[in-house]
Amino acid sequence: MRHRNAGFKLGRNTSHRRALLRNLVTSIIVEDRVETTVAKAKAVRPHVEKMITLGKKGDLHSRRQALSFLMTDTAVTRLFETVAPRYGDRQGGYLRIVRTGFQKGDGAEKAFIELLGAEKQLDEKRQKRAEVKAKKREELEKQLEEAKKEQGGEEAA
Amino acid sequence: MPNPKRRHSTRRTALRRSHDFLTATGLSECPVCHEKKLPHRACPKCGEYKGRQVLEVKEAAK
Ligand SMILES: [Zn+2]
Repeated sequence: MRHRNAGFKLGRNTSHRRALLRNLVTSIIVEDRVETTVAKAKAVRPHVEKMITLGKKGDLHSRRQALSFLMTDTAVTRLFETVAPRYGDRQGGYLRIVRTGFQKGDGAEKAFIELLGAEKQLDEKRQKRAEVKAKKREELEKQLEEAKKEQGGEEAA
Repeated sequence: MPNPKRRHSTRRTALRRSHDFLTATGLSECPVCHEKKLPHRACPKCGEYKGRQVLEVKEAAK
């Protein structure tokens, strides 16, 4: 029976697990979306929700509680000023986990976990990344062409 | 040490193995690109899930 066995151990000892979860929660609050394994995503979900509850309360004591768990001050500011106000009338269920595929190497199932209501920011982020990538590619192609021309010229001479 | 008393017939082996088989993976169809994909997962071909582009996909693969 798996009575009284709730929670995830993630193959780590207590301090390692606590550090991992704190890092993940901080990353999710700062970045809106994090790609990880399904087990880790399921393990951090309640911790993120607890942080958002603190953010919705918004008083000094809850801010200090958040500071004691999150890794950076910027994460706390973002939690209280931009993340928590998104969920005014929602009671929990602030996150979405979508399975995306399998990891090379150990075959672990991957997923991303993202904050609800951050779709717009995430889409913009992705678009920006794609633009940067396209630019880099263009420059590289230009360089390749120039190199080719130079080579051709040398052969002719 | 205990040892087997009688030789196993091939029939007995075959009977035991009659339940050893693999089952095919259950697959669903992507509503966007109509490719087969695992259910409850983002489509690896077009990167869509529940009407939203969720993954970056190489243009050539699209
Ligand atoms: Zn698809």
